[in-house]
Amino acid sequence: MVGIVAFGAYVPRLRLNRQAIYDANKWYAPGLRGQAKGERSMANWDEDAITMAVEAARDCLTGRDPKGLNNLYFASTTHPFKDRQNAGVIATALSIEQGLLASDVGGSQKAGTSALIAALNASRGGATSLVAASDKRQTRVASATEMQYGDGAAALLCGTEGVIARLVGSHSVSLDFVDHFRGETAEYDYGWEERWIRDEGYAKIVPPAIKAALAASGLKGADIAHFVMPSLMAPVPKLMAKMGGIAETAVRDQLAATVGDTGTSHALVMLVDALENAKAGERIMVVGFGQGVDILVFEATAELAKLPKRLGLSGWMARRKEEKNYMKFLAFNELLPIEKGMRAEFDKKTALSILWRKRDMIYGLIGGKCRVCGTVQFPKSQVCVNPNCHATDSQDDYGMAGLEASIMSFTADALTYSPDPPAYYGMITFPEGGRFMSDFTDCDKEQVKVGTKMRMTFRIRDNDTARGGFKRYFWKAAPV
Amino acid sequence: MARGIKDKVAILGMGCSKFGERWESGAEELMVEAFKECLIDAGIDKKQLQAAWFSTAIDEVNVGKSGIPLSMTLRLDNIPVTHVENMCASGTEAFRGACYAVASGAVDFALALGVEKLKDTGYGGLPGGRGAPLQQLWNANGTAPGNFAQLASAYMAAHDVGYDDLKKAIGHVSWKSHQNGAKNAKAHLQKAVDMDTILNAPMISAPLGLFDCCGVSDGAAAAIVTTPEIARSLGKHDVISVKALQLSVSNGSESGFNSWDGSYFHTTRIAAKKAYEEAGIRKPRDEVSMFEVHDCFSVTELVTMEDLHISETGQGWKDVLNGFYDADGKIPCQIDGGLKCFGHPIGASGLRMLYEMYLQLQGKAGVRQLKDPRIGMTHNLGGSPRENVASVSIIGRLDA
Repeated sequence: MVGIVAFGAYVPRLRLNRQAIYDANKWYAPGLRGQAKGERSMANWDEDAITMAVEAARDCLTGRDPKGLNNLYFASTTHPFKDRQNAGVIATALSIEQGLLASDVGGSQKAGTSALIAALNASRGGATSLVAASDKRQTRVASATEMQYGDGAAALLCGTEGVIARLVGSHSVSLDFVDHFRGETAEYDYGWEERWIRDEGYAKIVPPAIKAALAASGLKGADIAHFVMPSLMAPVPKLMAKMGGIAETAVRDQLAATVGDTGTSHALVMLVDALENAKAGERIMVVGFGQGVDILVFEATAELAKLPKRLGLSGWMARRKEEKNYMKFLAFNELLPIEKGMRAEFDKKTALSILWRKRDMIYGLIGGKCRVCGTVQFPKSQVCVNPNCHATDSQDDYGMAGLEASIMSFTADALTYSPDPPAYYGMITFPEGGRFMSDFTDCDKEQVKVGTKMRMTFRIRDNDTARGGFKRYFWKAAPV
Repeated sequence: MARGIKDKVAILGMGCSKFGERWESGAEELMVEAFKECLIDAGIDKKQLQAAWFSTAIDEVNVGKSGIPLSMTLRLDNIPVTHVENMCASGTEAFRGACYAVASGAVDFALALGVEKLKDTGYGGLPGGRGAPLQQLWNANGTAPGNFAQLASAYMAAHDVGYDDLKKAIGHVSWKSHQNGAKNAKAHLQKAVDMDTILNAPMISAPLGLFDCCGVSDGAAAAIVTTPEIARSLGKHDVISVKALQLSVSNGSESGFNSWDGSYFHTTRIAAKKAYEEAGIRKPRDEVSMFEVHDCFSVTELVTMEDLHISETGQGWKDVLNGFYDADGKIPCQIDGGLKCFGHPIGASGLRMLYEMYLQLQGKAGVRQLKDPRIGMTHNLGGSPRENVASVSIIGRLDA
């Protein structure tokens, strides 16, 4: 049996209030008023498609040893690197380099579902495959997409053992229907008229594909309990369901009021939402639209209820902070030439040879554990840090990324350059042993105290814009 | 068996430039200013110098590497010049090098000169940067105030001291140094400041406000050392001798091993203990006449006075508030204004501290002169609370 064996999701903590967007822009674009409802997820300044994908993948791998994973697909239309494998960064962060085929999938809003189909196909031969989909799309000020889009990620583990959602069937068509595009030099999407997209695109491409997928699955429309289909046009999924003979009650919420459309990840984010609510035996249809359409049909199994508890979409959704400061959104997305001061000018050139030597430490947060005295330490070093030991060449790798730490000392630094001042950082200690001075992220003043429990999260440290945007990633501590 | 440095080396002469924002001067002018005073005080000819140690800390914005800048600027007689850098302890390291050269018998006269030209960066505060290429990939996005501010959070937690008490105590540390700096014509900041101004200043890195941070200054200081015998033969009567020179350097136990709680300086405690042993001091609270310690930030001074074994651990804030370290207190600390007001040109600071002790011990400190000091102690702390270089020096009257 091939199917999904685990799921995970990630939604940034910040949720930008849409009324705040509208209030700032209504002088210019009063037509946005109808969309000034609810909120959209907003990546922190230190998040991008890679960091969100790492979080979703970690969530997905909860309670599971990632070693032995055969394939990793990273779907996005906003890969931080054009040439340098983005999936490879995720693999190193997850400490799963060896024996892995990692690939980036992109170029379309259906990249997420296409990657999922590829992963499921790969698993037919017994391989374990992880799909991570993540998008953080740039939008123009006062555009409709600024209101509609959100940032987020989902991850699905595919395999043959412990399947929680069995793949019943799938169907894909590829058509060069250009509802929108983003050219090589563009930062923003350019879209065509919605009515044309609805009538000539969705209405003519999706229903026949649904019909074909149902036929391939040996099912009827009425058999579908969860219809997962994202679309920027709110009524379209209901229309497609109706045309496919699927009950309107099966059409799942698009999370527009709380998250927004997370791009190529969104079909998978909505699938995770469905899986969190599905009962054994229920069928789920997933529709990924974009230059054609992918349709997947799953059936939830009894294993679903046994999946180890994880944050999942609902957990990350609950970890929420409302943001009403639209200026902060603009500044975080480099849409505002904000004064950064001379302290932002320091050269951020990365020695790639060092990064290679130390990739386990920097991307994997791998420390060391001394075989002689048992002391856990970060970084791993040749001479043990324990003053009563100091043994040489005595340390084994010890992963710290999944450990909870607590704050020993801290400050709120208003002097150093930070895109979100003041910069919070401090010494964190791990109860297993080990400590280091860590940047904090996703935190408020009242949370930062001696003793606060912290969780490690993979984030951007710097962006070397002088060399075309080489992002430096490392781990930061965030309140649990 | 080593017997230590005590009374093997005498300070023959010292000099110190005016500290401050010396827009009109480069490092070269500052070096010459300190050296001129030092050479006149020593009463020897430049050609008699046989070796020199030259300290700077931030080469990137200063004179650059090597001993060449000192030799070129002073037109030294092609003698050996060693460039030393050990963060904020650099000046003391230059002094230590010169003293060891004399104590070894290798030379009769050695020069130590430290200089830092910081005010050529275009912004306030210390020149930034994120360290070595590997450190740039993982060290927290921190600053000096941010690193030292964490002492406060850990100290409050370790000793159950309330925020308001701590804020007042560290405020008093700075208040006292401003009182002292106002009496020093060479100091960078020569203005007394009231407590309200200190407590209500803008936050730099919580809980440290503007007045909890020392000045970023340009300056130079120098010393010429010889043996006590030569000093006497040259007609010096009140010979000031070196009693102890100790240095302790972190090995990672604070930053990497879970035993240190962040509320004190592990290295300072070690260096102080060794220094008292070297100098033969058994009861420092009774025997040391005065201190110049590394008050880069007010909370550093507060904690340091415990680590030097003067105040009881966790009780230093009470001594501070009781005026124990004020100019008219039991043991005056930072009688010249300290880093806080005299200023902190990093490579020169250790020598500047010794300069004030040297003046005080000879009774030449003018309006700041303390009554009959016999033993003076200086302390530098380079780096951050978790990884640092701590130096402790004791000088005194040869007959003390």
